[in-house]
Amino acid sequence: MLRVIVGRLLGGVVVLLAVATIAFFLLRAAPGGPFASERRMPVAVQRNIEERYHLNDPLWKQYTSYMGGLVQLDFGQSMKRSRTVGELIRDQGPYSLWLGLSAILFAALFGTLLGVVAAARRNTWADHGLMAIALLGISIPSFVLGPTLIRYLSLRFGWFPPARIAGWSSYVLPALSLGMIYAGTIARLARAGVIETLGQDYARTARAKGLSERVVVWKHALRLGVVPVVTYLGPATAGLIAGSFVIETIFQIPGLGFYFVDSVTSRDYPVLTGLLVFYVAILVVMNLVVDIVHALLDPRVRETR
Amino acid sequence: MTAAAIARAGARVAPAAPSRSAWGEAWRRLRKNRMAVACTGLFAAIVVFCLLGPPIAALFGVDATTLDITGGSQPPTWGHPLGTDTLGRDMLVRVMVGGRIALMVAFVATLVALVVGVTWGAVAAYAGGRIDYLMMRVVDTMYGFPTTVFVIVVMAVLGTKSMAVLFGLIGLISWLGIARQTRAQVLSLRHREFVEAARALGASPRRILFGHIVPNALGVIIVAATASLPSVMLLEAFLSFIGLGVQAPLASWGTLVAEGSSQVIVHPWVLIGPGVVMGLSIFSLNFLGDGLRDALDPRTRKD
Repeated sequence: MLRVIVGRLLGGVVVLLAVATIAFFLLRAAPGGPFASERRMPVAVQRNIEERYHLNDPLWKQYTSYMGGLVQLDFGQSMKRSRTVGELIRDQGPYSLWLGLSAILFAALFGTLLGVVAAARRNTWADHGLMAIALLGISIPSFVLGPTLIRYLSLRFGWFPPARIAGWSSYVLPALSLGMIYAGTIARLARAGVIETLGQDYARTARAKGLSERVVVWKHALRLGVVPVVTYLGPATAGLIAGSFVIETIFQIPGLGFYFVDSVTSRDYPVLTGLLVFYVAILVVMNLVVDIVHALLDPRVRETR
Repeated sequence: MTAAAIARAGARVAPAAPSRSAWGEAWRRLRKNRMAVACTGLFAAIVVFCLLGPPIAALFGVDATTLDITGGSQPPTWGHPLGTDTLGRDMLVRVMVGGRIALMVAFVATLVALVVGVTWGAVAAYAGGRIDYLMMRVVDTMYGFPTTVFVIVVMAVLGTKSMAVLFGLIGLISWLGIARQTRAQVLSLRHREFVEAARALGASPRRILFGHIVPNALGVIIVAATASLPSVMLLEAFLSFIGLGVQAPLASWGTLVAEGSSQVIVHPWVLIGPGVVMGLSIFSLNFLGDGLRDALDPRTRKD
C-alpha cells in the first residue's frame, strides 16, 4: 500500500511539472503580455520592466529559471501585485480551502443521506420526492442559488452573514450554493449504488440472518453502495475549484478564485501558472485520498493491488 | 445490381428491421413516463418561447435593445412582465433573446462533443487492446482534471470573443461521458452476428464501425447526448458569468444571471426571470434525460 502511495505521489509530481511546462509555453505563445497596453510607455520604462521580470531573456532561460524555482516551491513574484505567489497562496488559500472543504463535506453527507433514504424506500413517494429534490439541486446553477440565498436567508431572515468571512457561519451559504449541484449528483449515485448492493448475495445473507432492514441498509449495503460516491469526489473536486471562482465573487470571499480569474485577464503569468499548479496539486492529492478510501471500503480493490 | 451490391444492401437493411420495433417499444415506454413527457413539453415550450417570442415582441415595437424611457429597474408590470433592467430594457425580451444564444451554444457544443465522443469511444472499443487502454486512460485523466479551469485559461490566452471558439472549447471538454458510454455499447455489439456478417462481406473496418455498429448504439448515444446538454448549458452560463463566454452586445442566460446577481438585493426580478427560465430548462432536460435512459438503455431497466 505504502509503495503504491509513494508511486502515485511521484507520478503526481511529474503531472505537476508537465502542467507548469504546458502553461508556461502556452501563455508565452499567445499574443499580448502582462504589460501590453494601448498606451505606449517610454522605452526606458519598458526596458526596466523587462529587466525586472527577465522578460527579455531567451525563452529557455526564463523557463529553466522558473522551473528551478518551482521545484524549490518558489512560485515567483506576481507581475501585477507586490506579493509573491507563495504569499498569495499562504494568505488567501485558507479561505478557498475552507470553502471547498465545507462544500464537499455538505455535498457528500447531505447527498449520501438523501440517496440512501431514497434507496431504502425505493419506488415509494418518499423516494420520488427525494429524487426530485436531488434533480432540483442539480438544475439550479450555483450563481442563481447563491444570490437567492443571500436575499432570503440572510437579508430577509438574518440567519447568516450575506458576504465576507467572519466566523464559521459565513461559510454556510457559500458552501450550500457551491455544494448543492454535487449533493444532487451524489444523491443519485448513492441511491443507485445502494440499490445495486441490496440485490447482492451478501445483502440477502444479512437479511436471512434476521437482521433488520435498517441494519442491512445502513451497515451492509451502505459500505459498498457509497463506492460510486467516493470515486465521484475526484471529479467533483475539479468542478468545485472552478465553481469557487463564481461563489467567491458573489459572497466576496477573499480566496484564490478571484486572484486566479484576475490573473487570467491581466496576464499575470507567475500567478496564473502558480495557481494552476496549486490546483492540480490539490486534485492529485484528492484523487489519491479517493483511491485510498476506495481501497478501505472495498476489500476486492485491496487484493488486486 | 450485382450480387455483392444486393448483399450489401441486405446487410444494411437487416439490422434496421428489429431495431425499428425497438424504437417503437422505447417510444411507448417514454410516453408512459408522465414526468418525462411533461418535461419534454416544458422544454419544447421554452424553445418555442425563445424562438417565437422576439418576433412577436417586435410587432409591439420592442426588441432586446429598446429602452423604456419611463425608467430603468422597474418591477414587473403588465407592460414588462419580468420588469426592466437598469437601462430600461424589457427583461422578458432579453430572456428570450438570451435563451436563443444559450440554446444555440448548448446544441452546437453538444454536437461537437457528440462527434468527438462517439468517434473516440467507438474507435477505442473497436480497436481494443492497447489502443483502447491508452485512449480510455486519456479520458480518465481528463475526467479528473480541472478542464473548466483550462478552458478559462485558453479563452483568455486566445483573447478572442468568437462564438465558434466557445462552441469548440465547450464541446472539446464535454465529450468524456459520451465517449465512455459509446465505448461500452460498442464493446457489447462488436461480436454480434450482424457485425460478423458485414465483415464476412468484406466491409472495411470504418464501414463496419460507423455504418453498422454505431447506428445500433444510437439509443445509448442519444441518452448520453441528452444527459450532457444540461451540463453544457451550465458551463456556458458559468463562462459567461465570469466574463469569458458570450460577449456583449450578445447576451445569454449566463450574462443575464450575472447582471442580476449583482443587484439581487435591490432589483431581484433582474435575476429571477433568467434564473427561473434557465433552471426550468436544465431541470426539464435532466428529467428528459432520465426518461430517455429508462426507455432506451436496456441495461438500466427500472429495478
